[in-house]
Amino acid sequence: MLRSALWLGWGRGLLGLGLGTRRGVSTLEWDGKVSEIKKKIQSVIPGGAWNPLYDTSHLPPEHSDVVIVGGGVLGLSVAYWLKRLEKQRGAIKVLVVERDHTYSQASTVLSVGGIRQQFSLPENIQLSLFSVEFLRNINEYLAVVDDPPLDLQFNPSGYLFLASEKGAATMENNVKVQRQEGAKVCLMSPEQLRNKFPWINTEGVALASYGLENEGWFDPWSLLQGLRRKVQSMGVLFCQGEVTRFVSSSDRMETPSGEEVILKKIHEVHVKVDHSQEYQPVECAIVVNTAGAWSGQIAELAGIGKGPPGTLQGTKLPVEPRKRYVYLWHCPQGPGLEAPLLADPSGAYFRRDGLGNNYLGGCSPTAEEEPDPGNLEVDHDFFQDKVWPLLAQRVPAFETLKVKSAWAGYYDYNTFDQNGVVGPHPLVVNMYFATGFSGHGLQQAPAVGRAVAEMVLEGHFQTIDLSPFLFSRFYLGEKAQEHCII
Amino acid sequence: SLRLAAPVWNWGTGSIRGLSRAVDPEGIQRKGRTLFQFLADRFYDVAAVREYLLRKQVLKVHQKNRSFTYIKERYGPNLFDPQLPGYPANPVFLSRFQDKEWMRSSGRGLSFLEFWEFRAVPIEAVDASGCAINYQGLDHLLALKELQSLSLRCCPHVDDWCLSRLHQLADSLQELSLAGCPRISERGLACLHHLWNLRRLDISHLPAVSNPGLTQILVEEMLPNCEVLGAGWAQGLKLGLEEQSQDTASSPIPA
Repeated sequence: MLRSALWLGWGRGLLGLGLGTRRGVSTLEWDGKVSEIKKKIQSVIPGGAWNPLYDTSHLPPEHSDVVIVGGGVLGLSVAYWLKRLEKQRGAIKVLVVERDHTYSQASTVLSVGGIRQQFSLPENIQLSLFSVEFLRNINEYLAVVDDPPLDLQFNPSGYLFLASEKGAATMENNVKVQRQEGAKVCLMSPEQLRNKFPWINTEGVALASYGLENEGWFDPWSLLQGLRRKVQSMGVLFCQGEVTRFVSSSDRMETPSGEEVILKKIHEVHVKVDHSQEYQPVECAIVVNTAGAWSGQIAELAGIGKGPPGTLQGTKLPVEPRKRYVYLWHCPQGPGLEAPLLADPSGAYFRRDGLGNNYLGGCSPTAEEEPDPGNLEVDHDFFQDKVWPLLAQRVPAFETLKVKSAWAGYYDYNTFDQNGVVGPHPLVVNMYFATGFSGHGLQQAPAVGRAVAEMVLEGHFQTIDLSPFLFSRFYLGEKAQEHCII
Repeated sequence: SLRLAAPVWNWGTGSIRGLSRAVDPEGIQRKGRTLFQFLADRFYDVAAVREYLLRKQVLKVHQKNRSFTYIKERYGPNLFDPQLPGYPANPVFLSRFQDKEWMRSSGRGLSFLEFWEFRAVPIEAVDASGCAINYQGLDHLLALKELQSLSLRCCPHVDDWCLSRLHQLADSLQELSLAGCPRISERGLACLHHLWNLRRLDISHLPAVSNPGLTQILVEEMLPNCEVLGAGWAQGLKLGLEEQSQDTASSPIPA
């Protein structure tokens, strides 16, 4: 560090003494001259960033190879896999920009924490299978020397989906696909349901699918902390700030059929510090959009969707925040320790929480009842009017219960087909997405992180082929519709 | 004075070496540096070595369980023959065949031929106490479709995930012992409800279970035909307010 002391002496000599003696030079010119001189010095002597005039330690670095917008479980998962799959140790500089370090509104920590393989799309099933394997071996993947092992508090109790007459055929098909992919799911008739779980009222139930292994729920906060700790030990930088601007350059290219296409490349990300007007332009090569419920806003900042509707330029990222409520209640006569996460055909769901006969649950509202996503206030009447009757009808013991608390969180809802968006944007060539999972992002996060890292490092998906989840499907109109959504 | 200013400016990018030099310039000249100074100068190398050692430790457990899957693939799931070459010496299985004595399967030796005779006989009971068996190694136990009694006492790597696999033995398993396993918690015990044939269950001395008395009551309710040997309902009962605050809401709820 003798070198940096040299720069200091040199820099100070040039600027410190010089400032006092010159006259008639405006401050605007000075800023430009300062950054020019700094660039010259840095080009001669390579090394870390430094600024002689004021302390910039609270700002993000000036250069980073990859900037990940959003520090939730998906962002951290992408950061982890980027550092894990890089060819040489320390080859890629990754910066994670998170607006709120307390994660007070982040979907990750407000989630119910379930993981299941009961999906209708094979890609979703594979993503979930890998994620569950990741969670099972979490202390090998996320081991940090000298830190205690992670306890995810995983409850392997499984998911139980009920289907009415209408949905029975779809459920059978889905279970066939799930078993083909390797999920351990079994079908149950109403008779078998009554034998196994006597507390269910099987009226109106034609078929049920029960996950026997690798399904259940866990604590998302410990996963987040574990990922954060590991990722920091791997050298990823964190920054608390908000992305306010993307500076990009465009290129005109021609397709083989002679049409003109404008390709954009993001060069700089402006990160604004909290409670201040200060911002830092971060030069970057790749931007990963994992902003969850706010991914749509980040995409708009990058110019995605600004164009005539019906064209590729005019296709917006159809991810918007949707508010969902979760209620915690106590029911002394409720289902016992064997209770899985039950999902009713009406959309209501619940699961046990701890040993004390407490239950967590909720219901997805219909399109007309969608609450306003402006804030995270809980509507208790929604439980009284909509959720409780459905629960009490399915589980008669829930006729007497007492709500202890409730909270609300956002789904990063994909209005197109309720499935995630993964991969690069066709026009803004260096923006990658990993968002829009509409309520099943947490359970697919490890696998999606790996897929995005493979896309960034190799240019194509290697382990799980997520081509049905690329952005281009919004323009082409090809829905990858997921039917089993809670 | 420039030296003293250097550590402040270079806080983010400076190394331990730079800091110590700036603060104590005479120390560099001091001969005979201590081991600690030596290691501190090579901080990242030491960190890499420690990470490598940690990974090796984990790999060791996998190694022990790995040869199980090799045997299974080569000889098919029904041929559970622990005496084949390549079997790791450490896991000591005690198996009992129909009406025969307990047979110890530890390494190659004289008993190799004995086992080979019994290779098609269904195994009734397995005592794997203290074995380094984990999620992958359970593959072999789960292949034994006639298994009636399983003892996994004090197995250090058996955790909740392993318990969730036991449902495959539901048709035959009558006796299960999990006493003393440090990684099993009440969450894993919840998936034992699949074992409808179970008559005896031992869940005593499980350090990771948060509330042993309450857990035993809940497990007894879950398995009505089973005799559960556990902590005893009176254990953990404390007169006063501390008990009440422990029971409710064991997981953190975001505000």
